[in-house]
Amino acid sequence: MLLLDRKGAVTNGWTRTEGAAIGNVPKALVAFEVLPEALTQVTPGQEVGVLIPNALSVSELEPYLSRLSLVAIAFPAFADGRGFSLAKAIRRAGFDGTLRASGPLIPDQFDYALACGFDQIELPEASADRQSVQQWQQAIGRLSQTYQRGYRREGNILDRRRLARLASVGALS
Amino acid sequence: MYRYDEFDERFVRERVAQFRDQVARRLDGSLTEDEFKPLRLKNGVYLQLHAYMLRIAVPYGTLSSRQLRQLALIGERYDRGYGHFTTRQNLQFNWPKLRDVPAILELLADVEMHCIQTSGNCIRNVTADHFAGVAQDEIEDPRPVCELIRQWSTAHPEFSYLPRKFKIAITGAQHDRAVIKAHDIGIRIVRHTESGEVGYEISVGGGLGRTPMIGKAVRDFLPRADLLAYLEAVMRVYNLEGRRDNKYKARVKILVHEIGTEEFRRRVEAEFALLDGPSVNADPEELARIASYFTPPAYETLPQDSAALAAAKAANPEFARWVDTNLTPHRVPGYTAVTISLKPVGLAPGDATSEQMRLVADLAERFSFDELRVTHAQNLVLPHVRQDDLFAIWQALVPVGLATANLGLITDIIACPGLDYCALATARSIPIAQAISQRFADAQRQAAIGELNIKISGCINACGHHHVGHIGILGLEKRGIESYQITLGGDATENAAIGEILGPGLPAEAVPDAIERIVSVYESERDAGERFIDTVKRVGLVPFKAAFRELADAAA
Repeated sequence: MLLLDRKGAVTNGWTRTEGAAIGNVPKALVAFEVLPEALTQVTPGQEVGVLIPNALSVSELEPYLSRLSLVAIAFPAFADGRGFSLAKAIRRAGFDGTLRASGPLIPDQFDYALACGFDQIELPEASADRQSVQQWQQAIGRLSQTYQRGYRREGNILDRRRLARLASVGALS
Repeated sequence: MYRYDEFDERFVRERVAQFRDQVARRLDGSLTEDEFKPLRLKNGVYLQLHAYMLRIAVPYGTLSSRQLRQLALIGERYDRGYGHFTTRQNLQFNWPKLRDVPAILELLADVEMHCIQTSGNCIRNVTADHFAGVAQDEIEDPRPVCELIRQWSTAHPEFSYLPRKFKIAITGAQHDRAVIKAHDIGIRIVRHTESGEVGYEISVGGGLGRTPMIGKAVRDFLPRADLLAYLEAVMRVYNLEGRRDNKYKARVKILVHEIGTEEFRRRVEAEFALLDGPSVNADPEELARIASYFTPPAYETLPQDSAALAAAKAANPEFARWVDTNLTPHRVPGYTAVTISLKPVGLAPGDATSEQMRLVADLAERFSFDELRVTHAQNLVLPHVRQDDLFAIWQALVPVGLATANLGLITDIIACPGLDYCALATARSIPIAQAISQRFADAQRQAAIGELNIKISGCINACGHHHVGHIGILGLEKRGIESYQITLGGDATENAAIGEILGPGLPAEAVPDAIERIVSVYESERDAGERFIDTVKRVGLVPFKAAFRELADAAA
């Protein structure tokens, strides 16, 4: 397993637990089915994260979001793009913890994932063996500016054009 | 015409560099073939039956002379000296080498063109009425909003890995020439019945393929400023809830069908209500910026009718026939829109050689304000021609085989590439089109039959739009033999309808006879001046079925 964020490889501080028993694991990553039960066992200072399937509706997760430090969305295949929309919906619901895409994504999706609200990519061995951390790094900002507004990325083209317009109006007045 | 600004220019250049890098990572094994496939598809590179195929986007079917000349050059340098115009207003090259693709993309970028999202499970090239900005029945030129959507849908971070491909078509006219009801999203520019404000009517869930469906109106009136937010809402509902378990049930039409139009509308509206419109939508100034590129050209003030044209027609019956067939009225007096038919008798519909492309580019430059259109019926259009210039244009077209007078007639056939090129095809399409056009080659016969659209697909995916042909022909394979299913009564206009099957499939050689039978029934049933499709709608399928049955029995 390789864990990446926009700066490169990072250490995974999270432990996947069996069932709802989170004991005294400092950062426990649990399955969605056992989340309500796991949350009843949280001790002070302990953090809980959840791994969710990409078919889950955000409304089912929403009641728990404020108590979670990490949400990992499973990507069963890189071509299954539901996770992008789910991430966007989870951010809109106010989640400001770590959002992780977990599955065989490819570097060409890194920018998209970051723009939709993900912080981390958790790659299986088989993908990480072929696709170096360097390739993932190089994929960031390959398209330096894009056209969509309302996503988490630096300066989109529509906003740049707006700024240019305002500047030219300012210059005239 | 739209021109790239510094942002658009940088974007396509970066996109070429990105694809170059993707090819390199495929070659060194970093990417598996499965991983590379959607990346190449999103750059228009298909693996076909015999070779790679490259599909070039012609956004909303508008081209400049310079762009068409560049396509001619690419055809010569990297293909076999010709290209194929498609039913989605694009251009395909059938024989490029994969290693040449990045160089071709650079040549395209030089003339503000690309292959972005001409394939793959993403939002495809946006299509439009090919008479945009010309048509007399138009509320507004749809191309500015097409361009806005082209940009918005390009490399979309959330909607680039959809359940399936997603096609959007837009018309600004009363009469639908863009087949919007057969698209995943169809947009009609409308005027609000009370306020007179211009906005959009949105249909979702149309599509052809193996489960043909007519799009359902989900919003009767969407205010102009809300367009991108509303589209985002539709796409998010589809991306999250569209089926991914079965490729053949993954289009949005199936989702709309399974949950019902009401429920689909409710989900979209719920999502739309949650969206922060101002943070998503383009500024009105941005649409205005784009629209400024589509202001009408500097027309001359001319009389409605041209004396030169009348004289040339009187002196030359061949020319007169072409004029009577291939022109479409223009909103400006003294001007007309000329359709250049790419359906000469006996050749592949939609093909154009590099030489032909150059000639058409020259004509557009001299006579049509440097502008051209590609139609979904696989023809080219010179949109703004002075009637006085028609004879000169016709004289230039004749020697290169582009003066066929058959717009909308029985030989103006839409056909997909079929088994001659396509890896998905189950039967040939082009030879069937050729055989029919040979059978009905006689010009007077064609004129007597009048408007009749034949559309041919070589497999159930329906790239030839057979479902919405007045006569549709679907090529299938039965026990190793090609078999052609004929449908009747399809309609691609604002009265969109799916054709009904006439009877059992026929062998290839029986198809021209079957068309002949259908036409004879029409000729005996029609009222004076009645179009084929209107006769079919009036008398129903029964007499056609009876005539067809005799033929099918004989062929069986």
